[in-house]
Amino acid sequence: MRQSRQAIALGLISSTLLMAACATRPAPLAPVAPTPTPTPREVPPPPPPPAAQPPRPTPPPPITVTPTPAPVGVLPGSSQDFVVSVGDRVYFDLDSSSIRADAQPVLAAQAAWLARYPTVNIRIEGNADERGTREYNLALGDHRANAIKDFLVGKGVNASRITTLSYGKERPLDSGTGEAAWAKNRNGQTVITSGAR
Amino acid sequence: MRLPIRTGLVLGLCLILAAAAPGLAQTALPPVAALAAVPTPALPGGPIEIDVDQGAVKPIPIAIPDFEGPQGAEISKVVADDLASSGRFLPLDKGTFIERNLNTDIQPNFPNWVSVGAQGLVNGRVSAAASGELRVDFRLWDIPRQQQMQGSSLISTTANLRRVAHKIADAVYEKLTGEGGYFDTRIVFIAESGPRNARVKTLRIMDQDGANPSSPPSGAGASLILTPRFSPDGHDVTYMSLGPEGSAIYLMNIETGRQERLGGFRGDVSAPRFSPDGNSLALSQSINGNSDIYVMNLRSRALTRLTTDPNIDTSPSFSQDGGQIAFTSDRAGSQQIYVMSANGGGARRISSGSGNYSTPVWSPKSASGGDFIAFTKQTGSTFHIGVMRPDGSDERLLTTSYLDEGPTWAPNGRVLMFFRQASGGDPKLWTVDVTGRILRAAPYEGSGSDPAWSPLLDSQN
Repeated sequence: MRQSRQAIALGLISSTLLMAACATRPAPLAPVAPTPTPTPREVPPPPPPPAAQPPRPTPPPPITVTPTPAPVGVLPGSSQDFVVSVGDRVYFDLDSSSIRADAQPVLAAQAAWLARYPTVNIRIEGNADERGTREYNLALGDHRANAIKDFLVGKGVNASRITTLSYGKERPLDSGTGEAAWAKNRNGQTVITSGAR
Repeated sequence: MRLPIRTGLVLGLCLILAAAAPGLAQTALPPVAALAAVPTPALPGGPIEIDVDQGAVKPIPIAIPDFEGPQGAEISKVVADDLASSGRFLPLDKGTFIERNLNTDIQPNFPNWVSVGAQGLVNGRVSAAASGELRVDFRLWDIPRQQQMQGSSLISTTANLRRVAHKIADAVYEKLTGEGGYFDTRIVFIAESGPRNARVKTLRIMDQDGANPSSPPSGAGASLILTPRFSPDGHDVTYMSLGPEGSAIYLMNIETGRQERLGGFRGDVSAPRFSPDGNSLALSQSINGNSDIYVMNLRSRALTRLTTDPNIDTSPSFSQDGGQIAFTSDRAGSQQIYVMSANGGGARRISSGSGNYSTPVWSPKSASGGDFIAFTKQTGSTFHIGVMRPDGSDERLLTTSYLDEGPTWAPNGRVLMFFRQASGGDPKLWTVDVTGRILRAAPYEGSGSDPAWSPLLDSQN
């Protein structure tokens, strides 16, 4: 892991130099992704644009080809990386705080991600739909947040990295009405609070 | 800043209203002797009666002409609006009155009032008192029996005339319905604005008729403010704040605006309410996801845990004598109402119907005897405000809608305020009486929730 950290640091420095070099000629408008590091690691599937710069084709003279901009990448270890590649929400049944079967792989992936980035701390926010009274929903949100926390701890995440909070029905994800909206609002959200890139 | 109703320099006269306290000068006016006048035929009928028609109580027609003297019209309007808002009275159109310019010290012309259909008449006069204050005399007349039912004078500052009017309305209401009054009271609630997924919620206080709105700043900055409650003497408010940094319970003094954030909690806290003696706060605390009822002694700040089961326990409510606590628990698999000793023992379930029961609120003592526990009930896709006896019997649902929630009792134990929200709509404040027949929108135009009704205000407020 230490090696990987050094490798990441090197990657950042290289990208900085690369960006400085680009300043002397027409620079790509898009930010440059960090230089790939030598340390092998499980990389989440890259976002849609092609990952690496293709090898430069031999331009047929006399056409000059401007290098295509490097694709935008999600910074591994960032909050965005967590949300996009792992998922920050799991959903609950009505009046329930049991971790559903479809939530378990998401939470397992969260735990694995948190193991990979051990400086990251999180706050789990429990939410409820509007079909209940305010105080009961606050307690239910607490119950849900802690069910998620217990699951993550069971998967090896240190409890000291996790705080919990309930928003009850106060912060609905979907402000519509009907079961489709309510099902979305019965959720727990894992929010990165510190330590991410 | 509210000025107290102070003792006027009125000596040697008795106080007649039970709610009188040092600071509010009230003196009984002797019945006015009948004037010699043109003999009038004997009038049929007996005293003012509550008229019940097919189970519905018809409002009592009552005449409230403008009081004599400065701001007399304003006072009589506040009195008339209060009585009308209760649904128990029908103030008559002043334009139809035959007798004008009544002199408060002279008997009214009873036949003239019979002609306009009045059963009761309230008249009065505003005059200058010592030290720049105002004195308000009023009399309540029984038109069929042609006699005075009540007469008092109150002394206060000009700034406090609305409270004088509310006390007059309370006196009339009590005399004619046999119930306690509730007009000299305030409501604390949450004013809401903004989109539904990013609501702004702030504290608001208003008189029960919507006048004198104020927005006391909370000690919690930009956090959500939720579920405020008055202290038993009406001087303080407790409320909950909620934000990314967590939840907290605050105490606020209404007069000074002084706020205190209660500390010493390990977990998330919610649902704060005062005990009837004002010395303790019941609340719900969630530790590791397990919410339970706790009581904090406000003097020693000692925290006592009252429930220990691993299920949700919240929304505590003290009985009137402080000896018991009703609360919501889902220990039986669905939300139900339980009652336990205020020391934490002997929890027993009192709700028995099918559906989810929550937000129990123990009523104040009502003049007609007996007390209730009001609650929110959810049956399938609808919500109701309801009442039941403290043993769970005699359950009655008073309202039905997409979302009705959070009843609070007026101090007479006969009227409730709650909030109602249509599907996709904003919450609004409503009132309903314990028969369920008198359902009215509360006098707040905006979006509001979590109302709490103050006790009758004492003279020091």
